[in-house]
Amino acid sequence: MKKKELLEMYHQMVLIRRLEEKAAELYQQGKIGGFLHLYIGQEAVSTGLISARKPQDRVITAYRDHGVAINAGIPAREVMAELLGKATGTSKGKGGSMHMADVEKNYWGGHAVVGAHLPIATGLALGDQYQGKDGITICMFGDGATNIGFFHESLNLSKVWNLPLLWVCENNQYGMGTAVERASAVNEMRQKAEGYCIPNSRVNGMNVIEVREAAEKYLEFVRSENGPFFLEVITYRYRGHSMGDPERYRLKDEVEKWQTEDPIGIYRRYLLEEKKATSEELDDLETKVLAEVQDAVEFAESSPEPAPEELFVGIYAEE
Amino acid sequence: MAKITMREAISQALWEEMERDERVFIMGEEVGVWGGTYAVTKGFYDHFGEKRVRDTPIAESVIIGCAIGAALTGLRPVAELMTINFAFAAMDHIVNEAAKLRYMFGGQFTIPLVIRTPGGGGRQLGATHSQTPDAIFAHFPGLKVVAPGTPEDAKGMLKAAIRSDDPILFIEHATLYQVRGEVPAGDYTVPLGKSKIHRPGSDVTVVTYSKMLEVSIKAADQLSKEGIEVEIVDLRSLRPLDMEPVLESFKKTNRAVIVEEGWRSYGVGSEVAARLYEEAFDYVDAPIKRVAQKEVPLPYNRALEQMALPQVEDVVEAVKEVL
Repeated sequence: MKKKELLEMYHQMVLIRRLEEKAAELYQQGKIGGFLHLYIGQEAVSTGLISARKPQDRVITAYRDHGVAINAGIPAREVMAELLGKATGTSKGKGGSMHMADVEKNYWGGHAVVGAHLPIATGLALGDQYQGKDGITICMFGDGATNIGFFHESLNLSKVWNLPLLWVCENNQYGMGTAVERASAVNEMRQKAEGYCIPNSRVNGMNVIEVREAAEKYLEFVRSENGPFFLEVITYRYRGHSMGDPERYRLKDEVEKWQTEDPIGIYRRYLLEEKKATSEELDDLETKVLAEVQDAVEFAESSPEPAPEELFVGIYAEE
Repeated sequence: MAKITMREAISQALWEEMERDERVFIMGEEVGVWGGTYAVTKGFYDHFGEKRVRDTPIAESVIIGCAIGAALTGLRPVAELMTINFAFAAMDHIVNEAAKLRYMFGGQFTIPLVIRTPGGGGRQLGATHSQTPDAIFAHFPGLKVVAPGTPEDAKGMLKAAIRSDDPILFIEHATLYQVRGEVPAGDYTVPLGKSKIHRPGSDVTVVTYSKMLEVSIKAADQLSKEGIEVEIVDLRSLRPLDMEPVLESFKKTNRAVIVEEGWRSYGVGSEVAARLYEEAFDYVDAPIKRVAQKEVPLPYNRALEQMALPQVEDVVEAVKEVL
């Protein structure tokens, strides 16, 4: 990988971290409403994954979607504006934290019902297959989604029709507050892909380079084999499920253990040890990110609220 | 004008739209090799091939979810649910996804999707396979819900639905497939969201749609022999609901009976009656009556099933009560 690209990945991971820390602050101040599911701790997953895609590859994910939005190329300003419910947000202030998308960037959301976007992902992939395009649909979801019927209907159909789909299970160890082993009959989520004859693999989601390499390899696999692949990514979320999670289901030690393996820390060490970048360069990037976050907040705060007449706009294409 | 069955009308609409537009395709349970459980897509698989006539697993969520995704990419899927009773297994994708994605993402998403599904009772299929839950789906903004009552409307409205850029639930009453009616020659569409005066009359307004149009016509014929002239308004679409012809008729007759096959509580009749009271209270000369299904799960036994479903006599009686 070229240096520019390596640094851009670092930039995106730090941007997601700082933007979300700021979002948590704004939430506490009451400026962000509803739910706020932070991606902090999981930045390496979508950064490694999405940096490997081609422009024709579609991305669709669940409700923990701010980081994915950044990786998909949505400006921090628009992400923050959506969090604040402003007219300049990705979804004009009508979607909120869980519903960010940008069709122009081939980013199809941001879906809040657990597992419900997996059937939709099969359709995105069918659209490309039907029209003879070589795009792949990258569908991300959590370990919790593997226990719902939507998941099984979708995996089955993806194999029956050999759809160009990369299924990516972000196993962050908990579906809300229920540990994987308390909710899933199998320990490895990829075992569920076995049941549908879908080739599969597992990768360490705390190391962005490992994720990136896996993504490159399996995107290529889907493109050349004309069929789905299932990638399980082992990761961890540092924060609660959403804001206001009492976190009675895990010990502080466990969180700290994962934090010593922090994806940004691991990547920083890699860049320095491999002499891909100097610490000054990385520090500069981090300073730039702080300014970027500040700019995003200022943009969002000074943006207009949606006009009252917007209430009735956009329900139908033919109104 | 040729006289064809409702089944032929629907089949012709699908065939002609698939010939016209490569983006239109069919997916659902038994739509292909079998030819459709109600034989609507008989011959399609051989003519259009498996790419455009897609048999699916029995998995309603992914049938509708997949169709939504394909629609997002610019295709124009016609997804078939074997009966509307199975729509409950796909409820999230119909009401939470198809109906909401466009609005929720600030108008970015366009979902040119038609969900075709047979509904209704009267065939001794028991409680889980005989429902008329049209009103449930009509409750959700973002979805369009239509239910034609004649072959002419079925063909024209299905063509309009396939050409529309919005998600549409297209309800076909299973006992109407054999009904014959005249259909215009050549390509035509019937606009969605437009009610229509189906039969002019001066004494009482009967508001109805789908299968109950047939029942209401029979009641009107009977009443006409007794000198009572019923004006029938066919709603055709439940969302958007076009009240104009209903109000126009009611302001003339000042009396209304609403006839639907679904249950009375929270139903189409409740909605239409409420709107008449809200928008034309000064014209009310008698309490508005609703004729609807008895509030029971539909039984298998033929006599019991017919007792539960609205009959011609029920309509006749209700009309006489408002006079």
